[in-house]
Amino acid sequence: MYKYIWLVPLLPLAGAAINGIFGRWFRFSEKLIGGIAVGSVALAFLISLTAVFSYGFSGNALWPSPYVTTQTAFTWIPAGAVKQTLGETSESTTISVANHPVTVAKPHASGLNIEWSYQLDPLSSIFMLVVTGVGLCIFVFATGYMHGETGFYRFFAYMGLFMFSMLVLVMGSNFVMMFVGWEGVGLCSYLLIGYYFNRTEAANASRKAFITNRVGDFGFLLAIFAVIATFGSAQYADVVSQAAGYPVETLGHWGLMSWIALGLMIGACGKSAQFPLHVWLPDAMAGPTPVSALIHAATMVTAGLYMLTRTNVIFQHSQTMMLVVALIGAFTAIFAATIGITQNDIKKVLAYSTVSQLGFMFLACGVGAFVIGIFHVMTHAFFKALMFLGAGSVIHGMHHEQDMRKMGNLKKYMPYTYWTFMAGWLAICGIIPFSGFWSKDEILWNAASTTQIPLGWLVWLVGTIAATCTAFYMTRLMAMTFWGKERFPGHEHSMEHEGHAQKKEHGTHDHHAHVPHESPKSMWMPLVVLAILATVGGFVGISTAFTGGAHVGGRMNIVNWLNPVIWNPTTKQFNVGETPHATEATTEKKTDSHVTETPAHDTGFNLAHTIEEKLHSETLTEWVFILISLIVAGFGIALGLLFYIKSPNLADVWAARLKPLYQASYNKYWIDEFFGLTVTRRTMDLARGVFAFDSKVVDGAVNGSAWLTRLTSRITGNTDKYLVDGLVNAISAFVVRLMSPIVRAAQTGLTANYALVMVIGLLVAVALYFFKSF
Amino acid sequence: MLLQEAGRAATALEGIKHPDLSKFLVISAILLIIGIAGVLTRRNLLVIFMSIELILNAANLNFIAFSRYLEDTGRGDPLAGQVFTVFIIVVAAAEAAIGLGIVIALYRNRETIWVDEIDLMKW
Repeated sequence: MYKYIWLVPLLPLAGAAINGIFGRWFRFSEKLIGGIAVGSVALAFLISLTAVFSYGFSGNALWPSPYVTTQTAFTWIPAGAVKQTLGETSESTTISVANHPVTVAKPHASGLNIEWSYQLDPLSSIFMLVVTGVGLCIFVFATGYMHGETGFYRFFAYMGLFMFSMLVLVMGSNFVMMFVGWEGVGLCSYLLIGYYFNRTEAANASRKAFITNRVGDFGFLLAIFAVIATFGSAQYADVVSQAAGYPVETLGHWGLMSWIALGLMIGACGKSAQFPLHVWLPDAMAGPTPVSALIHAATMVTAGLYMLTRTNVIFQHSQTMMLVVALIGAFTAIFAATIGITQNDIKKVLAYSTVSQLGFMFLACGVGAFVIGIFHVMTHAFFKALMFLGAGSVIHGMHHEQDMRKMGNLKKYMPYTYWTFMAGWLAICGIIPFSGFWSKDEILWNAASTTQIPLGWLVWLVGTIAATCTAFYMTRLMAMTFWGKERFPGHEHSMEHEGHAQKKEHGTHDHHAHVPHESPKSMWMPLVVLAILATVGGFVGISTAFTGGAHVGGRMNIVNWLNPVIWNPTTKQFNVGETPHATEATTEKKTDSHVTETPAHDTGFNLAHTIEEKLHSETLTEWVFILISLIVAGFGIALGLLFYIKSPNLADVWAARLKPLYQASYNKYWIDEFFGLTVTRRTMDLARGVFAFDSKVVDGAVNGSAWLTRLTSRITGNTDKYLVDGLVNAISAFVVRLMSPIVRAAQTGLTANYALVMVIGLLVAVALYFFKSF
Repeated sequence: MLLQEAGRAATALEGIKHPDLSKFLVISAILLIIGIAGVLTRRNLLVIFMSIELILNAANLNFIAFSRYLEDTGRGDPLAGQVFTVFIIVVAAAEAAIGLGIVIALYRNRETIWVDEIDLMKW
């Protein structure tokens, strides 16, 4: 069945093509458009499911070796022989030219042929399932949410195109295909953020997203060039196996691997909204809410994590870049979390929450726990998609009101939304046994116990504080939205929020249009599905502290499933799945002989090791960290309840007391203003300067030459007119004047004279006749 | 006396029968000279016309004289001269009609028929 995975990206593309091309011509009904879109994604999901099953769990499973669709593949870019100019294996030979040795780079023997083929391996299978599965829920939700919008067909055409691009991104078997998908999702993100293109803020947000992403794509593209120059191939299999043979560049060594990793990291920062390229994601909330859920929470923004994990061999060869990834992740996590505390727009809170959670994922990758990073991608996709769709449901029920200050006590009106949102809230706060707990706890544990980079304790500390903030602001969101007093007096329609101008009034809800209402079944059914996933989805990565130190469950355990993709810096091998002790290399080292077997590099103070030495048990240590993370989560929730339920005026009191901090957070630390001042305005200045150069210098040169031509033509014209013509006139006039008195004397005008001449002529003629005859 | 008379009459008859060509030619030449002199010297356009007629008639007289001479001597075709003369008279009549029309038109425009005043062709 896994032989049919090439259908998975094609089906949403076909659906998008049908909707996009014929939807308008033939005026498809909403039912038909929704049916085509949902049907194509559902089919893709089913194929993914069966493909992954037959790949990993059936009798003749291929796992863990990757499966590449060689049969249906074709050579997309037959680039031919390339010169490997970088890297250890760059084949160069020394020939002598005129007795001088000359080093010549040999063309790569096999040549560079970039295939269009799909790869099914542990990593891409997870992403396929998440993208199509969560995507399916969101598509179903969107059929209800987008009901009555003009451009319904357009929305689903873009969404289908997005699904195709995202699946190409995660299923491609080489870097170039990943880049195609990368740009494709960027384009669809642009189109969908700007879905309400007649609203200025949406149009600006879409441009901002697109341009910010270009900065990241620039780094990514350079990294792809470097990969091809170094390894002579863009195929993951070749690159990964060659890169494994390179020496590890420790802290302070900056070599080829670090350069490649830097480029990849810049790309990942742009796509996954890491500081300082995070600015586009909160603005991207101008798009319709299903778009925010699918693209800006669950799938597209995790593409950076996918890339990091896909190239984990390269990253793990550069300790410096691992540290950079971890620090950027930790900083983004706390940075965005503190902004989330003070935002009032429900979608803005969720957007900053997404940035913060993505920071957690980067943090996980930075400390070497790529598997846990992907685990968090998965759980985050469940609970954040759930919460975004829940927010969409709230916005729908509140008649396009997004300001949480005008909500409150919605649990009375929207029970389904409330209870499903509750699951998402508990998951993101990290309450056991909801999915977010397992992944976030594992991230913090890996940060504290990492041996790959120094400063693990700092990363852990920052992450823990960020987790507290997360619990706090999510509780705030719950309290302001679903609990407390009703704050929608007058129940008047707000005309200023999402797409109201284009939207027809909900005809079916008109009779009770002034109070919040529960959303239709097509909207709360996906919420229920996602709520179940957000609740139990974490058990695939259950912490080893609960299972006696082993990753139980065989291939069903995400750690075992993903491990073959991850390179182990200690053993210099790829991890083996299903062997608990080989997989948790860091754990093993600590328990067995962390003194005798020195780790790959000395990383200084290690928090987990220090505690462990006091407690003499690794499991106990892990329990300590689990307790800490539960306590901080509980603390955050309690604080939120205190501020927004028990004594609601406390929030204002503290906001006044910490006014500078509050202002900084409320204004998003003035990052937008800073970029506006430094980058945007300078770019505009540059553009103006270039324009001035163009209009003054370039146009000036052109116009100047025209002026010069006119000048010279005037000079030559006058020369011709006065000098040449004058000479001609003067000479001819002189001659005529000289000759004319003589000639005109003959013309007397007297007829008699002429007659005399005739007579004389006659006489002469007669005389000649006579003389001749003589 | 009578004989003398008769002699003279016979001579005259002989002169009529066989006229002397040279006399006609002299008269014709005189007419031509008078005509040419008239054309060259007179200023009145009508007089010039008349002078031209004199020239034409001088030519006619020549033709007639030679025709009679040829008839007398019996050589050539005597009628050719007569036919030429008739032609010339016809052409002269036509020419006189057109010429007098021109003179009248000229007079209406310029109020003069004096040729030295008709000098527009002068530079």
